[in-house]
Amino acid sequence: MADIQTPDALLVQNYVAGNENALATLIKRHESRIYGFIYSKISDRDISNDIFQDTFIKVIKTLKSNSYNEEGKFLPWVMRISHNLIIDHYRKNKKMPMFRETEEFSIFSIMSDDTPTIENRLISAQVEEDIKRLIEELPLDQKEVLVMRMYQDMSFKEISEITGVSINTSLGRMRYALMNLRKVIDKHQIVLTN
Amino acid sequence: MAKIYSKDSLVTKAMKPRKEIVSFLLNYSKALSILKVNNKTFEIISN
Repeated sequence: MADIQTPDALLVQNYVAGNENALATLIKRHESRIYGFIYSKISDRDISNDIFQDTFIKVIKTLKSNSYNEEGKFLPWVMRISHNLIIDHYRKNKKMPMFRETEEFSIFSIMSDDTPTIENRLISAQVEEDIKRLIEELPLDQKEVLVMRMYQDMSFKEISEITGVSINTSLGRMRYALMNLRKVIDKHQIVLTN
Repeated sequence: MAKIYSKDSLVTKAMKPRKEIVSFLLNYSKALSILKVNNKTFEIISN
């Protein structure tokens, strides 16, 4: 009971002088307000406990190294330390936000694996096969231009030089090739999507 | 009127840190000694 009446400043003095019980009294006296303050900003019990612990580690180190000067009051000083640690916590979290899995929120709703599944790979292979077959049906001059452009990545200038026609003719053949492909796809209602 | 328009506080119990945290802090404090030698600070944790 006597502890309740002992002022904080005296307890701090006693603690600095080596009385470890003084710290226990200080923590007991203020734990609720300090922890409540941290929790009001953090809303997570585990993190609040961590920040509470870090706050008092700083308090202990400062008092033990005789760096504390009794300018203000003990509680506002401790609150200031915890406030700074809360800000540090948010700064860190901004760089690396932490997500917790809850019933309403699943981490996998914002994270996905982009690598294609076996099914996707099978569909892609099928689509490629279908396109190749469709290209085989095109007139030779159109097929030639389309293959050089799409599969061999040649420019229309190069295509025109190889085929011995003008660039405009190559462009025209490419246009007709695509139009004919679309026609066949529409006619047979072929699905070429993955 | 006050009874009708005021709600009981939602916080029924004062929030406190875990007992283990307080216990750790007290033990840490007992184990820690800080030495200052020529502008250098040494933290010593005894077992």
